[in-house]
Amino acid sequence: MKIFNYRLVIFALSIIFGVAFAIPSFMQTDSGKKISLGLDLQGGLHMRLGVNTNEAVTSKIKTIATSIKYYADDEDLLIDGLSIDNESVSFTILDKDEIPKMDEMLKQIKGLDISKDELSYTLKLTAADIAKTEDLAVSQAVETIRNRLDQFGLAEPSVVRQGATDIVVELPGIKTLAEEKAARELISKPAKLELMEVDEQRADQVYTLSRSQASEYGDIILEDTKDANTKYLVKEIPILNGSQVIDAQVAFDQSNQAIINFTLNSTGARIFGDFTGKSIGKRLAVVLDGKVYSAPNIRERIGGGSGQISGGFTLVEAGNVAIALRSGALPASVNLLEKRSVGPSLGADSIKASLIALISGLAIVFFFMIVYYRRAGVIANIALITNIFIIISVMAMFGATLTLPGMAGIVLTVGMAVDSNVIINERIRELLKSGVSVTKAIEDGYSNAMRAILDANVTTLLVAVILYAYGTGPIKGFAVTISIGILASMLTAILGTHGIYEALLGKISKDKDLKKWFGVN
Amino acid sequence: MEFFKSDKIYNFMGKRLPFLGFSSLLIIASIVLLLTKGVNFGIDFEGGTIVQAKYEQKAPVNQIRDILKQTDYKNATITEFGSAEEVIIRITGSSSSITNDIGDEIHKILKPTGNFEIRRVDIVGPKVGGELREKGLMAFGLSLIVILAYVSFRFEWRFAIASILALAHDIIIALGAISLFSIEVNLDILAAVLTLLGYSLNDTIIVFDRVRESVQSSKEDVLEKLVNESVSKTLSRTTLTSLTTFFVVATLYIFGGEIINGFAFTMLVGIIVGTYSSIFVASSFLVQLKFSINDFRTKEASKLKRQKEKDKMRAMYEQGTI
Repeated sequence: MKIFNYRLVIFALSIIFGVAFAIPSFMQTDSGKKISLGLDLQGGLHMRLGVNTNEAVTSKIKTIATSIKYYADDEDLLIDGLSIDNESVSFTILDKDEIPKMDEMLKQIKGLDISKDELSYTLKLTAADIAKTEDLAVSQAVETIRNRLDQFGLAEPSVVRQGATDIVVELPGIKTLAEEKAARELISKPAKLELMEVDEQRADQVYTLSRSQASEYGDIILEDTKDANTKYLVKEIPILNGSQVIDAQVAFDQSNQAIINFTLNSTGARIFGDFTGKSIGKRLAVVLDGKVYSAPNIRERIGGGSGQISGGFTLVEAGNVAIALRSGALPASVNLLEKRSVGPSLGADSIKASLIALISGLAIVFFFMIVYYRRAGVIANIALITNIFIIISVMAMFGATLTLPGMAGIVLTVGMAVDSNVIINERIRELLKSGVSVTKAIEDGYSNAMRAILDANVTTLLVAVILYAYGTGPIKGFAVTISIGILASMLTAILGTHGIYEALLGKISKDKDLKKWFGVN
Repeated sequence: MEFFKSDKIYNFMGKRLPFLGFSSLLIIASIVLLLTKGVNFGIDFEGGTIVQAKYEQKAPVNQIRDILKQTDYKNATITEFGSAEEVIIRITGSSSSITNDIGDEIHKILKPTGNFEIRRVDIVGPKVGGELREKGLMAFGLSLIVILAYVSFRFEWRFAIASILALAHDIIIALGAISLFSIEVNLDILAAVLTLLGYSLNDTIIVFDRVRESVQSSKEDVLEKLVNESVSKTLSRTTLTSLTTFFVVATLYIFGGEIINGFAFTMLVGIIVGTYSSIFVASSFLVQLKFSINDFRTKEASKLKRQKEKDKMRAMYEQGTI
């Protein structure tokens, strides 16, 4: 009679562990680590977005052109034909003597591949720099989207990079379609603010010029945000872009229309001040995401580095644009690769259905085991219950997410976890029938069954590991519960039940009626 | 309680040819089904869009169909889902715009059909679909290789081949059933099939373990008899575990809701086939592969001898009397 054998002690500890750490998940208390429910169970939005990284490269080219233009203006270098295409910037310098100065300036810009033909320059990004720019674009996009969602006020948004160009966004707790739509708009808004110079020389030709003709002059044609028929001819190279914006707030103008005030950093403020100082009388187009919001006349030099965007926003729109501006522009546009949205009512239905399945499954297994093995069945059932508690505890501890397939995994574990005990009990029965003593039957039953149980469990575990490695979201959840279930069953069904038998050995040995214990005739 | 008399030895191997014949029929039928009818790949692998809507009253399927016919979603298929109130609208193709949502549009288009709630919108683009397909195949192939390696290492190559053949048997028949009942194959079905792989192997290994043990402990020299004895001895365990798992998965099928139905169905079929194959088929393969009891015994004996010699050497060395 060894009541306190080491197996029983370990089993008792695992019961305590299982119950203690499962309580927060069951009670949904605020304290303690809980299992988090997957989006398919609590409702929410899962999106996989692809970043169009080539746009980041184009935009970098554009920035280089902007700084060349600014530098040339600043230093009074005469350049002509400054233009960009997707991959390169080109221009000609008018005075041969100024070449060394320009070269010196270009040296400051890293990752450039410069080719020169007498007076004309062509600048390209090196392959390494393109790769770096693309990589940076994705991590910047992750950062930007995360910032925006944080300010949007959703509970626990998750934004993670996946692979070279993709981003996975998960928004649990989205309740309505309208909320979802607002979140999607916020995520995808490029929020690219550009301050551009209206080409006053050719402004009246805007309705007759074609786009390609305009680009010959280094201009582009942009539409007004409210009225697509109103067009503006602006210089292709912006004076400033959104990267210099450090703050943006909603305010109201005289007629109580929502507007957005933005503030520029010091570099931006200097460029803005210089430009407005020498362009009095000309128009400045405030361009957001490729649409002109307003194009006011410059009446005086604007120092201090603040400006405003007006253009008939609703209050909510203005708020979202301000959030987007504050969190910075998306370095490149994103497109939707995968979206899964589950309404909260569907999630609740799924939880209910799988709980019913779990409970009735448990009931059936309990019934079967007790009818078939009598008290040995009761012992196996204790192990099974502990097993479920341990799965929940371990998942809660590691912050694992319970998904619908994960629930299916738990239900399946219920069916399969008694397997070890069935194998062991069958062995014990066999030995008892061959006339061995109870003590020896139990000992040999466990050791004989062990090899088969190990081999069987290891193979299932291997498949689960592969499922985890190659699965996505929900499938991973399934693999996790199955793996934990198998490992836990080694602890409970093999070690735990053995401990119970050891403790009860004296009692069983004295009992003449073994039918009561193992259901054996 | 007992299902089978534990001391009775059933002559499974004597009837192995009829069983192998029956299995062959099932496999051929499955392959024919797979080749002609094929499987119905869902959006996870093919890409596409699913919108699930629940009406407050019975869903007006015909009206929905008529309205959608006049829109861009002409090719949408509309099916009842789980209950008469719920429908699934399947649309081939997906939209890559984040702001223009197919769910929103469907919601607007279907406004006149009554009060409903959009409960689920799944959009899978072609890139993701292709990637999921690739990963799924990888997982499948890798699982087979790992299993083959493990069983070869723990048992003997004939056991490994026999268990892989039994696995192929189970998987092909399960896939046949998936094709026959037009189950939509999505990620969860893949998970079910991979789980079956583990489950069915689990069953087979328990039987093989008994065979391995009997080869060493029993004096029986006729493989068929030895296998009969092993299968009969494990019969109670095989049926009981399969029964408990079967009942549990059956409750999942009945109560688990429509979304988990395909998964549960695949598991149900797999459990039946897997149980059948571990009793009747796997060991038959072993016999057909002409597993040699004597070779195995000699090999095990020489292994044991080598171990003994090693131990002896060690003992001598430790006592310092080389």
